[in-house]
Amino acid sequence: MTAKISVQDVRKTFPLKNEEFVALDGVSLDIADNEFVTVVGPSGCGKSTLMNVLAGLETPTSGRALVDGEDVVGPGPERGVIFQQYALFPWLTVRKNVEFGLKVAGLGAAERRERADYFIRIVGLEQFADALPKMLSGGMKQRCAIARAYAVNPSILLMDEPFGALDALTRVTLQEQLLETWSREKRTVLFITHDVDEAVFLANRVVVMAARPGRIYDVIDVDLPYPRTEEARLSPEFAQLRNRVWTSVYHQAPGIAAGR
Amino acid sequence: MSVPTSQVEAPAPPAASPRGATRRTRSRRSTLVVLNAVSIVGGIACWWVLALNGFQFPTPPEVVAKAVQLAGNGTLQEDVLASLSRVLAGFLIGSAAAIPVGFLMGWYTTARGLFEPWIQFFRTIPPLALLPLVLVLLGIGEVPKVFVIFLAAFLACVISTYQGVVSVDRTLINAARVLGAKDATIFAKVVVPASTPFILVGMRVGLGSAWATLVAAELLAAPAGLGYRMQQAQLYYDLATIFVSIVVIGVLGLVMDRLLLFAETRLTGWQERR
Repeated sequence: MTAKISVQDVRKTFPLKNEEFVALDGVSLDIADNEFVTVVGPSGCGKSTLMNVLAGLETPTSGRALVDGEDVVGPGPERGVIFQQYALFPWLTVRKNVEFGLKVAGLGAAERRERADYFIRIVGLEQFADALPKMLSGGMKQRCAIARAYAVNPSILLMDEPFGALDALTRVTLQEQLLETWSREKRTVLFITHDVDEAVFLANRVVVMAARPGRIYDVIDVDLPYPRTEEARLSPEFAQLRNRVWTSVYHQAPGIAAGR
Repeated sequence: MSVPTSQVEAPAPPAASPRGATRRTRSRRSTLVVLNAVSIVGGIACWWVLALNGFQFPTPPEVVAKAVQLAGNGTLQEDVLASLSRVLAGFLIGSAAAIPVGFLMGWYTTARGLFEPWIQFFRTIPPLALLPLVLVLLGIGEVPKVFVIFLAAFLACVISTYQGVVSVDRTLINAARVLGAKDATIFAKVVVPASTPFILVGMRVGLGSAWATLVAAELLAAPAGLGYRMQQAQLYYDLATIFVSIVVIGVLGLVMDRLLLFAETRLTGWQERR
């Protein structure tokens, strides 16, 4: 069986003044169907670049990015993306935002409305379906963005620090909600974060990246059972995994990791 | 024990005692209205006092009488009609041309490269400075006046539209793209609504500049119009008529600006005000 997502020896460079910046170097990663993978690492480790490559918003300088065994060429509705800045269309109501992708896909009004309402209910925004984004809090905006991404029925969700701009309490709430949504509507998820707790709590597998050049430093399996609750978060197993990931992120051995 | 989470978050700002807030806004607004009225009455009083004390102003009643007289014989209506039709024709054609050109410049590098030098160049020339040339080339009918007004409105609006298009948030475009939207859809459903606030600001500036250009153009060459009337009145030392024209020009400009402002609040109410 081929992997759902396969990243093969991807390198991505950006031109700087008189040299080139290596955002990703020799990155290889396979993600199975319906797996929840989080990517954590210091800033500048290329985690967002990795996501953009998979989303089709950036092309790798060399190497391949495959989804379902096919090369990624440009963005597509089978890969839903959730941005840190919510990226809701401020002139559209919550429902119209969620319907956006369905309209692009050419669905009829009745079907659009039905699908949109279903996902609006799943993220708990039914009372705000006709509200404009400016009326929503940050957490509600991000829930709307999640509903919008889900509505077009992607098989993959790419999430770029979606809860990064939220306060700690809201973040925990949304993490639990996301897992609940994910258990009801299984998808393959690649979730970028800089929060070690979040990375461990959500994932089947945590990918730790290192910077300069951006590369995969470590991959840690999280064998805690789902559904994960507050108990899981407070368990010694969680603490242990958390410590391992923490060490891997914050105490990266530079000599070894750089491979020099 | 899965946590029911939806009630943890409160909806953001409107919860903060809306009634108290509106009452405060309302009382502040009524204070403002009262102050506005006081200021207007005070200003007219000052004018009156100055007129009675040797300044060569007509008094307010004289101006009103003049206005009634001009309206009575149809001159005022004729002038207003002449001026308004010029300004509206120029303004509407100017905006209608500026919006597509601004979009093209913002969207296609080729269009930007071709249009930009000309727009930047003509932007530095007051449209009125072109009037002598235009009069020679286009004669002294309506066309040259409408043309300079068109130019004034066009230049103000095109720059603003272009700014709107280039400042559309990249993430919104990416968000539309990952939802499957192609260029045409992104343009119509993202770029156009996102730049609407900029376009409306451009139209307001354009209208102001069109109005200013109109009056000046009429001062130079016109068979009728508010500017023309003032110019004639100046020859006969008819200060009351000049005052009537000034007031009418001001009121008409204000009304048009308010109409656009109203359109702006209706069309761009979705914006988050910070």
